[in-house]
Amino acid sequence: MALPQIKADATEARLADLTVPEGGTWAAEARSAALARVRDMGLPHARDEYWKFTKPASLVVADVTPAAVFDNDEGPLWADVDRLKVVFVDGVFDAEASDDLALEGLEIERLADAASKDIHWAKDLYGQLEANEHGYTPRPLAALNTAFASDGVVIRVTGKVSKPVNLIYLHQSETSDAMLHHVVKVEEGAEMTLLETGPAAARFNKVMEVDVADKAAFHHVRVQGRDHERRAVTGIFARLGTESVFKSFTLTMNGTLTRNECVIELTGDDAQAHVAGACVGDGDDFHHDDTVFITHDALNCESRQVFKKVLRNGATGVFQGKILVKEGAQKTDGYQISQSLLLDEDSQFLAKPELEIYADDVACSHGSTSGAIDEEALYYLRSRGVPHAQATDLLVLAFLAEALEEIADDTLAEEIYARLEGWLGRRAG
Amino acid sequence: MLEIKDLHVELEEEEKKILKGVNLTVEPGKVHAIMGPNGSGKSTLSYVLSGKEGYEVTGGSASLDGEDLLEMETEERAAAGLFLAFQYPVEIPGVGNMTFLRTAVNAQRKARGEDEISAGDFLKEVRAKAKTLKIDADMLKRPVNVGFSGGEKKRNEILQMAMLEPKMCILDETDSGLDVDAMKLVSEGVNALRDAGRGFLVITHYQRLLDHIKPDVVHIMADGRIVKTGGPELALEVENNGYADILAEVA
Repeated sequence: MALPQIKADATEARLADLTVPEGGTWAAEARSAALARVRDMGLPHARDEYWKFTKPASLVVADVTPAAVFDNDEGPLWADVDRLKVVFVDGVFDAEASDDLALEGLEIERLADAASKDIHWAKDLYGQLEANEHGYTPRPLAALNTAFASDGVVIRVTGKVSKPVNLIYLHQSETSDAMLHHVVKVEEGAEMTLLETGPAAARFNKVMEVDVADKAAFHHVRVQGRDHERRAVTGIFARLGTESVFKSFTLTMNGTLTRNECVIELTGDDAQAHVAGACVGDGDDFHHDDTVFITHDALNCESRQVFKKVLRNGATGVFQGKILVKEGAQKTDGYQISQSLLLDEDSQFLAKPELEIYADDVACSHGSTSGAIDEEALYYLRSRGVPHAQATDLLVLAFLAEALEEIADDTLAEEIYARLEGWLGRRAG
Repeated sequence: MLEIKDLHVELEEEEKKILKGVNLTVEPGKVHAIMGPNGSGKSTLSYVLSGKEGYEVTGGSASLDGEDLLEMETEERAAAGLFLAFQYPVEIPGVGNMTFLRTAVNAQRKARGEDEISAGDFLKEVRAKAKTLKIDADMLKRPVNVGFSGGEKKRNEILQMAMLEPKMCILDETDSGLDVDAMKLVSEGVNALRDAGRGFLVITHYQRLLDHIKPDVVHIMADGRIVKTGGPELALEVENNGYADILAEVA
């Protein structure tokens, strides 16, 4: 079907500005196929159903809205955690600042290096998981990323990796427009933890494709930077094999516009997928959107979506979450909860929870709520001598707890709590 | 210690007069009991003293050791030494009981300009006090009051009281929802805290709690006023004859 003219024009206007990176045969093919997908779908428009709650224009247009570089006085996250650091500055790999890309149990390579080869294992994944998902919902910004991202990492995990890999995204230029594309292949029985931290750029488009093979495990903890004016659209595309585990947690504090998409397909029996997000937003220039799509296509799999948002001073939160249970995916256990805590009457939460089930022996539940601080609980805490602001903070952290509990590693979780406490403390009163 | 003079209170939302001139003085070391029929204003009195929102004081005063309670925020009243054991303790999912206790103890210390209690000292103290109230480690770890039985909630209130060591304790129908054994346990917890410097105001419907926590003075409250004051024998009179006789007598 031909695209509406307005959409086709907007898409071409954006494409005119971009150059497909140089690469070997496989990468060139993947990129050219992705470019065709972008033209086929057209870039998002405000009238698209899938972008009903979030205006895509600033993510689509060629010109980047400048974003001031935020002076983060908190220092790096997880500074005391032993991890392999891979640093990107405004979306460009920084070898100087990064650790040696060597770690027992995995191979890690720059996308640019992998793409320059004519034969590479990443061929079977790069752009493939992303492309696979458009059948349900078009995600053209992810296809745009596949076509034009020149940097990123490709990771193949072959064993149980002893320490996490931390992708660190520094933001230094007020007008940076970064695209990163990562591919992670966790082979049978292998395990890794991937950390992502930082704002990355004034505008950031990131795709991560993750293939978790049978009995493999992938843990992901992400903290998006505190820069107030940054914009980001990110997509995780994951495929899960038999008895595999996928767990992803994201903390978002600040940012003008964030759209985090997560698309997971459970293709092997007894697999487990947990996606969680905690977000705290202050001010009417804060807009955060979590869009999740989980497909059950195997027996006895479990999925959990836990998303919590704390909004104040006119902030907006969005949740679009879907569980699709395909025919034959019996004994599916699907859970989805999206909640917002509105600290004033100016903030808003828009939610679209969906269940689509074609199997008859499943347990799926979903719930979505938005509410204010529990006044009874607040009074109770205060009656024990806890000052108003501190009592409110305690209740806010308590509200977020269910999402934070999805972080398997206590050390990582503790620092996330500390960051949240810091955020709350700065805004007390 | 606690001095209430001609206290008048209305509901904020519907201009309904609840307290119509309450006079009451609780001296240090004494246990005062307030009894009265439903709707007489007993619980309202406890809420107003602790600073719950939704009530408007239209006249009179309330002070603790000479400090005007009504001018203070709820948390300031707590730090000044006022404690209310709730009739319906609030469940707070996501906040661990231990965290809650330590936060409260330290917040009060801070408000009084004292140092925070060390983690080790706090643990030792909480464990010892929990043990006498038969509160196990699991209850201390669980979120505040979540999934607690009625008896567990009330014991948890007394544990908070024991940890916070207030000057003036108000117990709002602490006996409601308790079986005989639980009532005994809670009463023992309260009695252990009785000393010469601490005052108690025990609000109850029934004499039976007062068998365990022996009052020095008993007040009968009706229609927003204290209509009769006497010794422990007044509670027995209520138990035997109900409120009707007393109310008829003062009408």
